[in-house]
Amino acid sequence: MNGVLMSDETEKGLKSPLRRQLLMGMAAIPALAMMPRPSFGAGPATSAVNTTGLAVTDSEVTVGILHSVTGTMAISETGSVQAEKLAIEQINASGGVLGRKIKFIQEDGASDWPTFAEKAKKLLVNDKCAAVMGCWTSASRKAVLPVFEQYNGMLYYPTFYEGLEQSKNVIYTGQEATQQIIAGLDWVNKTKGAKTFYLLGSDYIWPRTSNKIARKHIEGHLQGAKVVGEEYFPLGHTQFNSVINKIKLTKPDVIYAIIVGGSNVAFYKQLKAAGIDMSKQTLLTISVTEDEIDGIGGENIAGAYACMKYFQSLDNANNKAFVSAFKKMWGEKTVIGDVTQAAYLGPWLWKLTVEKAGSFDIDKIAAASPGIEFKGAPEGYVRIHENHHLWSKTRVGRAKADGQYELIYETADLVEPDPFPKGYQ
Amino acid sequence: MIINSRFFNRSELIGFVSLLLLLVVILPLALDVFRLNLVAKYLTYAFVAIGLVLCWGYGGILSLGQGVFFGLGGYCMAMFLKLEASSVANTKIQSTPGIPDFMDWNQLTQLPFFWKPFQSFPFALAAIILVPAIFAFIIGAAMFKRRVGGVYFAIITQAVAAILTILIVGQQGYTGGINGITDLRTLHGWDIRTDHAKLILYFVEVFLLFVAILVAQFIRLTKLGRILVAMREQEDRVRFSGYSVANFKIFAFCAAAVFAAVGGALFTLEVGFMSPSFVGIVPSIEMVIYTAVGGRLSIFGAVYGTILVNFAKTSLSETFPQLWLFGLGALFIAVVLAFPNGLAGIWGDYVQPRIDRLLASRTKKSGNGGLVANGAPAE
Repeated sequence: MNGVLMSDETEKGLKSPLRRQLLMGMAAIPALAMMPRPSFGAGPATSAVNTTGLAVTDSEVTVGILHSVTGTMAISETGSVQAEKLAIEQINASGGVLGRKIKFIQEDGASDWPTFAEKAKKLLVNDKCAAVMGCWTSASRKAVLPVFEQYNGMLYYPTFYEGLEQSKNVIYTGQEATQQIIAGLDWVNKTKGAKTFYLLGSDYIWPRTSNKIARKHIEGHLQGAKVVGEEYFPLGHTQFNSVINKIKLTKPDVIYAIIVGGSNVAFYKQLKAAGIDMSKQTLLTISVTEDEIDGIGGENIAGAYACMKYFQSLDNANNKAFVSAFKKMWGEKTVIGDVTQAAYLGPWLWKLTVEKAGSFDIDKIAAASPGIEFKGAPEGYVRIHENHHLWSKTRVGRAKADGQYELIYETADLVEPDPFPKGYQ
Repeated sequence: MIINSRFFNRSELIGFVSLLLLLVVILPLALDVFRLNLVAKYLTYAFVAIGLVLCWGYGGILSLGQGVFFGLGGYCMAMFLKLEASSVANTKIQSTPGIPDFMDWNQLTQLPFFWKPFQSFPFALAAIILVPAIFAFIIGAAMFKRRVGGVYFAIITQAVAAILTILIVGQQGYTGGINGITDLRTLHGWDIRTDHAKLILYFVEVFLLFVAILVAQFIRLTKLGRILVAMREQEDRVRFSGYSVANFKIFAFCAAAVFAAVGGALFTLEVGFMSPSFVGIVPSIEMVIYTAVGGRLSIFGAVYGTILVNFAKTSLSETFPQLWLFGLGALFIAVVLAFPNGLAGIWGDYVQPRIDRLLASRTKKSGNGGLVANGAPAE
């Protein structure tokens, strides 16, 4: 029945190149095309599952996507938008949520924090979105948080971030700082015998908080280890020569780098130009995903270690299916970083939570979220903690010249999220 | 009647009355609270635009750093609101309760000295006016006394905007860094986030906007305003006539700074936070663009321009999330190339002559009665 419909559409639509492209894209997803067209509207009555006036009809439910597609953050956030759209399409192909098709409204935060707040309000107040997938930087999240709390919305936030926050109205699908930092430092201390650390970061809340946690862990929990330097650079900074000279003088066992965005390109190129050989000098970063390597160039960073929860190269069945579906939808050349994968979890976790709660109501979803398990996660298995963060494994990968990470180490168990770590503040 | 007709000429009167109708009657009736709050946000930029009309349009001093004053006003208000929101009860979870959350994250254990006076509301209100005024005075005195003007002055204001942004971002323990000061809740125990509060704030803001318009108009019509225009046209002649050009320039710059600061403080109240993204070069230039689109010689034009550009920004970005910036850019280029005096220029050059002709032909038909009828609203 799908075939009939498609050929109908083909006749009408081939005139428009965009539609043709879309159709070709659709045809290229055999898994989806072969599936019987799901019939929507067979779920429980709307009055029963939506008591607070959200945009839920008998056959549809509306969610919002709120990322920057323009401005400086667009490069980073595009992957998240793509992942969320993929997840929504897959959920719709498998029957939707409580028998309802997900319809999404996309808004542009334009890399501008007040715009994020304005658009978040629009999605909640005007469009009555049942959930919003969005935000990337901490600043944008901080800007929208009061809006979500005031109008009782639900935000699925994908980025690894500094912690120190917990809200009924947010599910944090990325790692908070302790999850990303502690296991990595333990690993580098144990396997490399690292004793001296040089901490670097871009100058804003996430690198500063993360380095604070790193310093506390290094000084308090690793035998005989110490921090030999700590420096911050404005966002967009491109001159790292002086700090590189200091690094050459102090010869730390580990360079711990939390430099974000475009600065990375200059930093790694200048490191290489200064003759710092990553096969001899250990460098551990928590801010460079495959997306950033795309800009830095694999040959400039090959040999560095990254500590996060997901790498595109992870060898498991979920991830292989995810990577191939992602590439079919968005092109062979796209790369998938940690945050993109975390963004993909958002719609799925929301679907599972709605189905467990048997309702779209925000209060019921917030209450039902703890304990939700997603076994189909590309990173493996994840579970939502009582504090609305995810239990997840921490992994260390080594950058290769082709821009991918090779998995070196992963924690045996899921690491507990602890946004307000005792003894680290 | 004589005073009235001098204070506003006819087209300004039309502008004033229609703006009054639009902001007090039409928009509140036509829009829901969410959209009305957006209008309120746009109007905060209108304060900056009015200041720019005085300082750039009349005084000929192009400042590309009005975001600095907008930000200073906004931060003064935000500091007061943040301290109120950071009561010991609200911040129990922190290692040092009772200080703003971002200070706690940055290992500060007590309130910095320059934050302490902001616990007092009267002090905060005074600071909103005085801090930007003094700052503008210092910049103005340093530049204008040395006869730095024109392009050089514009570049220096830009540099000041960049410096202040870097300072705010870098000193995040004291300023909230790039996140800004967020999560503002109450003003003297009055919750500023409810719909009801938004409505009241909107009308307070509209009232202040009209006060600002009247003040600007007053300045423009006094001898001072005429000297500003004279300075713009022939600075040397004014100087040779015995006037201190620098002092007048400093005054115009300070006045524009105060207007911008009031806008910034209202912005903080309306939107609920303040961040360095309003201080830097890009927002400062945007504010100049609002004025350019509206017409830099017309106070009302600047207000309409601000509303229109922002409205276009919101609606374009809702409809075309990926293309809207191009549309907006095209709009700016078109207006500046084709209509250098902006919307007010279009009104003055094309619309009003036609209305006049229409009225004139009517007056001829109906004799003298038409003139009286025309004059009547001015009373």
